[in-house]
Amino acid sequence: MKVNSITLLLPKMNEDLNKFVYQVRRDILRMVHGVNSGHPGGSLGCVEFFTILYKKILRSESNFKDMFILSNGHISPVYYSVLARTGHFELSELNTFRKINSRLQGHPTNHDGLPGVNVSTGSLGQGISVGIGIALSKKLNNDDSLVYVLTGDGELQEGQNWEAFMFASAKKVDNIIVTIDYNGQQIDGSTKNVLDIGSLDKKLKSFGWEVLEVNNGNSLDEVYEILNSAKNKTKKGKPIAIIMNTVMGNGVDFMMYTHNWHGIAPNDEQLEIALSQNPETLGDY
Amino acid sequence: MSYINKGSKDTRSGFGEGLTELGRSNPEIVALCADLTGSLKMGDFSKENPERFFQTGIAEANMIGIAAGLATGGKIPYTGTFANFSTGRVYDQIRQSVAYSNKNVKICASHAGLTLGEDGATHQILEDIGLMKMLPGMTVINTCDFNQTKLATIEISKVSGPVYLRFGRPKVPNFTDENGIFKIGRGILLREGSDLTIVATGHLVWEALEASIELSKSGISCEIINIHTIKPLDEEIILKSVSKTGCLVSAEEHSIYGGLGESISRTLVLNNPVPQEFIGTKDTFGESGTPAELIKKYGLDKDSIIKASKKVLERKN
Repeated sequence: MKVNSITLLLPKMNEDLNKFVYQVRRDILRMVHGVNSGHPGGSLGCVEFFTILYKKILRSESNFKDMFILSNGHISPVYYSVLARTGHFELSELNTFRKINSRLQGHPTNHDGLPGVNVSTGSLGQGISVGIGIALSKKLNNDDSLVYVLTGDGELQEGQNWEAFMFASAKKVDNIIVTIDYNGQQIDGSTKNVLDIGSLDKKLKSFGWEVLEVNNGNSLDEVYEILNSAKNKTKKGKPIAIIMNTVMGNGVDFMMYTHNWHGIAPNDEQLEIALSQNPETLGDY
Repeated sequence: MSYINKGSKDTRSGFGEGLTELGRSNPEIVALCADLTGSLKMGDFSKENPERFFQTGIAEANMIGIAAGLATGGKIPYTGTFANFSTGRVYDQIRQSVAYSNKNVKICASHAGLTLGEDGATHQILEDIGLMKMLPGMTVINTCDFNQTKLATIEISKVSGPVYLRFGRPKVPNFTDENGIFKIGRGILLREGSDLTIVATGHLVWEALEASIELSKSGISCEIINIHTIKPLDEEIILKSVSKTGCLVSAEEHSIYGGLGESISRTLVLNNPVPQEFIGTKDTFGESGTPAELIKKYGLDKDSIIKASKKVLERKN
């Protein structure tokens, strides 16, 4: 099951995006290994989402600038890798991750001027509120672009999210798409055991949100499809949520389906095995 | 120079008027309130600018986050609720989404200190200045009357970056110049004197002026400085004054732990150590009562300032 699932989850998208995914996984693994700290599990689980978001969805023109907020800031490795590989800053800067004098803090911040990061996140549960604020400013500015937010599932245990969910539907904030990385894991164990979130789709629907679900959030095709259909549902009076089923640690067999790799780095031997499962495609940083 | 009460008014109404004027002059101003529009006097702004006013309901954490987002989108958000809910309740949201993220959010807080009165200790925050001044990059302002609050409300829109603007509930003497100039980070010399310096902020500025009149009858000459900006502190005006008087009393409607007094102490110790006495609440919560009863009981009134002044003079000599 474990080994096969890597093959099963192999994306069907075009070759270039496949290469990108493999390279981002390598970046994540090498970054956290390099400083023996960081969060590989959730990062690996969201590689396909970030790839599609940054390569296919986000638009950035002078008067039409979609914005993205990473609420679950601890998966900064995937964020930094994708930002660097989409030209926001030099690839070599990934070498500075979590090191002294770096702009690549353990959790993302705009404090030091890192391009592509709009707000500091890490203390959980704040990103949706900030995203709503940006969405409201876009409405005031008659700016048709959209706001995208990614949150974790365990993160939804924070009460502020539910204040934000309530607000967005009541005030018809319909230019925001919140994706929930639904991997069922958090640092202390499965979300079911730690504090069961229950029927998330029913909860969100009862809070007045348009709710979409993607069965395989590690499929480039499915992620692309769901984000596009979410876009088509914006500007219709309701905020949009996507429940994105992912596998934590996806792409590295011994990291998958467990919370054990939420916040620890592989050792030298483990790194070698993990990298052997993800060949270099676009060149390591 | 004497100061005349031109008619007591609440400082929060100064905020409301300032905000209304800003709404007319600056289209980038937006306002948010967590179900206290009436208390914060934000009604006129919301009526005149319904599209720029966001009622968040009783959800302060979300309000601060939305404000950070509006600032990210280029707006100048003013949040309004009681001081307790503006700071302690949402400290982490302010710390991460506003201060560390360097967002241009103006956190405007009414009902600060003991003088909100009868609602009692749950609502009387005495720690908010300390909480806010410890945040890197946060400007902290505590205004003394209606006119000063109105001027401050308008002035903070002109600087980029997070600001905590603190004011109160009760009607207090309105004595500063309505056409005065409000300079962030600059103290105001209200009265020249030679024996001691009283540095006061917020509602206690008037108490300090009253105390100085009594003290002058005993032949004691007080220099009175109004510090409306606690951070960044106008160290120059304080040091210049104590170089002449040689001792100082600080006065604030806040705990002595972490407030204006402690900021002054640091300044004095580093530059010119002179005796200082502290007017502020001790290691205590407040309680229900009228504002006058409370500031008397907790040692913040004119008589307490007189007593502290005499004590600091003894220590000087």
